[in-house]
Amino acid sequence: MNTLQLCLLISSALFCIGLAGALSRTNTILVLLGIELMLNAANLNFIAFWRFNPAPLPATGVIFVIFAIAVAAAEAAVGLALVIAIYRHQQNIRLQDATRLKG
Amino acid sequence: MTAALILIALLILGSTAVAMSLRNLIHSALLLVLSWMGIAAFYLWAGAEFVAFAQVLVYAGAVSMIVLFAVLLTRRSRADLSIAPASLRRAVAGVLAGGATAGVLTLAVLRTNLQIAPSAAPTVTVQQLGLELIGPQVASVLVVGVILTVALLGAVVLAASDRNDGKEDAP
Repeated sequence: MNTLQLCLLISSALFCIGLAGALSRTNTILVLLGIELMLNAANLNFIAFWRFNPAPLPATGVIFVIFAIAVAAAEAAVGLALVIAIYRHQQNIRLQDATRLKG
Repeated sequence: MTAALILIALLILGSTAVAMSLRNLIHSALLLVLSWMGIAAFYLWAGAEFVAFAQVLVYAGAVSMIVLFAVLLTRRSRADLSIAPASLRRAVAGVLAGGATAGVLTLAVLRTNLQIAPSAAPTVTVQQLGLELIGPQVASVLVVGVILTVALLGAVVLAASDRNDGKEDAP
């Protein structure tokens, strides 16, 4: 196992912690944080592949991660605004109670 | 080199796992700040200093503050901060799905023959990054600017809209 594989294993573990959290928690804010963790795991992969590339390109991975961080910040802002909108409609933020669209 | 990586990994994974299993929402959010700082330490370890500082500014600074504001705006009493435990079936299903994905990813990573460069880390200065951003990537920068503007305006509209929307706006 080389260092690149170790980095990939770390980011896989982070992804799976985020996935398990997003699937098993009932609080909307924690689900959103789990999704943020999965995005962060993808960013770790970009940096790891950029760092250990046999034929390195100067700035590719770094540029990609900068754009990913910008989009993730926008996603977090919209997600938390949705959480606040849900709270206004049903006075709590449990995912199980947001079933108004259920047929 | 590898020892530092393992320390950083323990910091990231430990704080994340504890944060995702805690009952108290504020404690979870604060522990996730620690986890994001650990990820910034990983970027520093890999030689991507600019990304590390962006991670600290955006995640440990901005996103954590938004999360704390959302936590404080969506509670009615002190008891609301401690989340009711999820149903056991849901928790077991979530952990099983995460564990299965972890198993698949670990096998895939370990069985792939990944070539790594023997040389040192590729160095990229902030000047190079800036030239790249305003040169070949300038269209992407503009698109990201539009996305951020539209998303933040949309967030304001979503969070500020009232339940009886439109009634106050009527002349």
